[in-house]
Amino acid sequence: MYPRPFEYIAPTSVSEAVRELGNADFAKVMSGGMSLIPMMKLRLLSPELIVDIGRIEGLDQISDDGDTITIGALVRHDETAKSDLVPTALRTAAGWTGDRQVRSRGTTCGAVAHADISADQPSAVLALGATMIAEGPNGTREIAAEDCFVDVLTSALEPDEILTGIRISKNGGVSAYEKLGRRGGHTDYAVAGASAHVFMSDGHIASARVALTGVGTKPSLALGVMEALEGSDGSEASVAEAARRATEGVTVLEDLYGSVDYKSHLATVMVKRAVLAAIANG
Amino acid sequence: MTTTSALGGAVKRREDPALIRGKGRFTDDVKAVGMLHAAFVRSPIANGTITRLDTGTAEGMPGVNAVYTIDDVRHLGPLLAQVPIGKLRPLLADGVVKHVGEAVAMVVAESPTQARDAADAVVVDYDAKPAIVDLKQAASDEVKIHDDLESNVIHTWSYHGYWDALGLESKQPEIEAAKQRDDVVVVSQEMVNQRLVPVAIEPRSVVAEWHDGYRRFSVTSSSQVPHALSGAISKMFGMAANAVNVVAPEVGGGFGAKLNVYADEILVCFASKDLDRPVKYTEGRREATGSTIQGRGWVATATIVGTHDGEILGYELEGLADMGAYTQNFTVAIPLLGLWVASGQYRFPTHFNIDCVVTNTMTTDAYRGAGRPETIYYIERIIDMYAREIGMDPLEVRRKNYWQPDEFPATMGCGFALDSGDYGGSVDALKEKAGYAELRQMQEAARAEGRLVGIGVSSYVEVCGFGPAVLAEIGFSWTSYGLPASFNGSGLVRVNPDGTATVIIGTGPSGQGHQTSWAQIVSQGLGIPIEQITVRHGDTAESPMGIGTFGSRSIAVDGSATFEATERVRTKAATLAAHMLEASEADIVFADGGAHVAGSPDQRVEWAALAKAAYQAHTAPDGWESGLEAQVTWSPGNATWPFGTHLALVEVDRDTGHVSILKYVAADDCGNVVNPMIVDGQVHGGIAQGVGQALFEDAIYDSDGNMLTTSLMDYPIPTAGDLPTFELTRTTTPSPVNPMGVKGIGEAGTIGSAQTIVNAVVDALAPLGVKHIDMPLRPKRVWQAMQSAQG
Repeated sequence: MYPRPFEYIAPTSVSEAVRELGNADFAKVMSGGMSLIPMMKLRLLSPELIVDIGRIEGLDQISDDGDTITIGALVRHDETAKSDLVPTALRTAAGWTGDRQVRSRGTTCGAVAHADISADQPSAVLALGATMIAEGPNGTREIAAEDCFVDVLTSALEPDEILTGIRISKNGGVSAYEKLGRRGGHTDYAVAGASAHVFMSDGHIASARVALTGVGTKPSLALGVMEALEGSDGSEASVAEAARRATEGVTVLEDLYGSVDYKSHLATVMVKRAVLAAIANG
Repeated sequence: MTTTSALGGAVKRREDPALIRGKGRFTDDVKAVGMLHAAFVRSPIANGTITRLDTGTAEGMPGVNAVYTIDDVRHLGPLLAQVPIGKLRPLLADGVVKHVGEAVAMVVAESPTQARDAADAVVVDYDAKPAIVDLKQAASDEVKIHDDLESNVIHTWSYHGYWDALGLESKQPEIEAAKQRDDVVVVSQEMVNQRLVPVAIEPRSVVAEWHDGYRRFSVTSSSQVPHALSGAISKMFGMAANAVNVVAPEVGGGFGAKLNVYADEILVCFASKDLDRPVKYTEGRREATGSTIQGRGWVATATIVGTHDGEILGYELEGLADMGAYTQNFTVAIPLLGLWVASGQYRFPTHFNIDCVVTNTMTTDAYRGAGRPETIYYIERIIDMYAREIGMDPLEVRRKNYWQPDEFPATMGCGFALDSGDYGGSVDALKEKAGYAELRQMQEAARAEGRLVGIGVSSYVEVCGFGPAVLAEIGFSWTSYGLPASFNGSGLVRVNPDGTATVIIGTGPSGQGHQTSWAQIVSQGLGIPIEQITVRHGDTAESPMGIGTFGSRSIAVDGSATFEATERVRTKAATLAAHMLEASEADIVFADGGAHVAGSPDQRVEWAALAKAAYQAHTAPDGWESGLEAQVTWSPGNATWPFGTHLALVEVDRDTGHVSILKYVAADDCGNVVNPMIVDGQVHGGIAQGVGQALFEDAIYDSDGNMLTTSLMDYPIPTAGDLPTFELTRTTTPSPVNPMGVKGIGEAGTIGSAQTIVNAVVDALAPLGVKHIDMPLRPKRVWQAMQSAQG
């Protein structure tokens, strides 16, 4: 297929890119283009302007900022997956994103901005309590992970904003990501998945953040699980019990790969596995 | 191993270096001077009347040369089909649409983008009617899909009715009588063999060039059957056969989908002639999944009656096969291919009754195995259920009911004779390779730990090497496209004056390695090193009359032709060598790049000298006809019947329903083997596609007839990462029907594998009481089955 006609520019600074976005009626930011280009070729999306941020310097690093790390807008999935700085949940999720070609081209920030409910990395950044750094016409705006995902394929980013980085605290804790892919393995889109970020203290779970992939209408926190885990002993039985609340407050979405019943069940399985794996990782 | 090893040598595929480096030349690589591009307006609804078709805006758009509708091409008639039962497909929708994706108009423009943009600007209004997608609903004739058909059931295939000349009688009374005995068990199950998309890496592509000065067509197409396409074009345009030339360059997979002739291939020819410019059409992936033929799509009930000690007294298969909306090439004949192997490797009486049903979906036709995976699935699933019912080992039940080695050629209930076989031998080979007894012990141990581990087996026999000319009597041939009634294969072997050889064959590969296998056949016969042999194919202007690659037929048919042509060249060359070496013809041996006298390796002439002499009359023996080549057209007397038995060891994740294949073992018998590495590769790919059907693939239409799985995101095909290492073994039972004793291997892996996986999963879940799960065994279905079984 061939996309509809569009203009293309590749600015060399974030401010120039933001300005171009603001000048167009319908512009899209492109980093890796791994989701954008197929959607354009299928004519599901026909922006009049593509702003390619690939030539902006300084966005291709995972920086160690002391108490935090920041994953720049041009950091590829593969780089996220292989970085010692990145917590396990996000490293795993990045390593299970797409195939080898996609992982060497697509970017972690791009996947988060795209907000696909079946994509792996949004739930990981949600569980890790990351902060999105958005640059817009009015300067820099910080968006908490739980405010970032709005609906199916919809993030909190404004059309003239660019997600320039994802900041993650180095506040400790242990994390993991688990999923069941559409063909059963770890690659391919998730039927369902879960990320867990657990803080242990004296053999108990002090607190935990747990997020779901592919279950609801957006990457969602499993708030019931988080509440149940707090103060629990982290045993298999207690985690299994907590996991039963996986879809509390989540509108479960049926698709070709799972009924509401199955996805709800799978959410509990993935939550349990992710939490136990996180504890085991510690 | 050197590359000069001939028959039986694992010679590396000579075609691969170009393909791996991206240097292969495919149809979409063709860029003719002045070439235009076609795009189609396709129906978004599954059933309805076209109330308005306005091409005005599109015609005025930049780069647009023409917008065609049925009014422009109605005079060409509908697309030809070999078995023209049902509603033939109009080249473009003629007032009505009958499936989503049906082509309504064709735009031809200077660039693909301009063509697409203009196609989007064609205005079509429809008066939509309810779509009929469900097979049983369609078969009930509650609502008729085509006004001019009497029924949605357009044909019925049965043993006793499919070929009157055979005089076959229904076995149903005998089977019914067996059911009434008080010492038997009857096992019956309705099963779905779901509709699939044949996913070739290379989507279909065609370039047509009308040469106005010469009044002829040159067509390049990603086709498995260039000769057939050439015939179809000449027939539909009323032209002489020699005024159409078709070239199939590299073809990136076909799996049966490219043995059809498509309306777009005829339409780009029409446009090229009308505009006097070359015209290209390359389908997109969504068009490839939704508007190229699909396969399978059966709902049928299999019933077995047998004694408590494993003697099967009868087998019935009754059900429905989905034809889609329109009949194309072999659409209605696909269940007939299944009929021929419906009784599998077994001696018991069989009753077969499959209704061919029209629905508001894309046409079905041949997809790897074509009818045979369907019927083998049913018989091998129900035998497994019967074995479980009587508490007997599934391999032993099968073995007890096989045709025995001394019964070949064995005439089956369908009237055809199995050429050769040793079915128990393949079970022995499988059990040894798999370590069957140890696997069963391991399974017991795993079950004791609460793991859901299962072992599944399946035997299969397939019919291939098409085919016996007698099939033309029941309309199974390519005569609609103007080809001869018999399924000929051909080979031309030419030794060039420099001692190299050129082989030109009437078939052509879509990934099967013809470049290598055919060079091996000729190298074996003439002693010319493989490196000095070129194999040409796919150009109807130079290749002798053939058909193409489908139904695992090339090596058995065109291979036989090439083998015979090589023999003729060798005999002629021996005359010349004997003259040059002053020896007797009977003593001439061809080996190592030349000819020598038996027992006297020094008395030798190199091929370069021999070939040079063959082309110069003044030094040749008296009566010598200059040149050194032979062409043979070969028609098989019978089909070939490869067979085998497969085994899978699987584990089901109790929490998710996910199936992991822990081990896959296949014992196949395809007669003599030309290249074992290529045979293994065919088996690997075949198993992968069978596993794809068992676990992942499903062409899903919603109740409105929208196909929900038009991208590879929603139509998951297996990747290497989803599959275990296949453990292969082989027995060798040569076929008596062709000179090399070969049978064919292209479809065996697919035919043997889907039910092997399903049998294994059901075996794993048997302790929970699960008896059957319909494919694909996606985790949600497996989990649901576990939930239902456990109440």
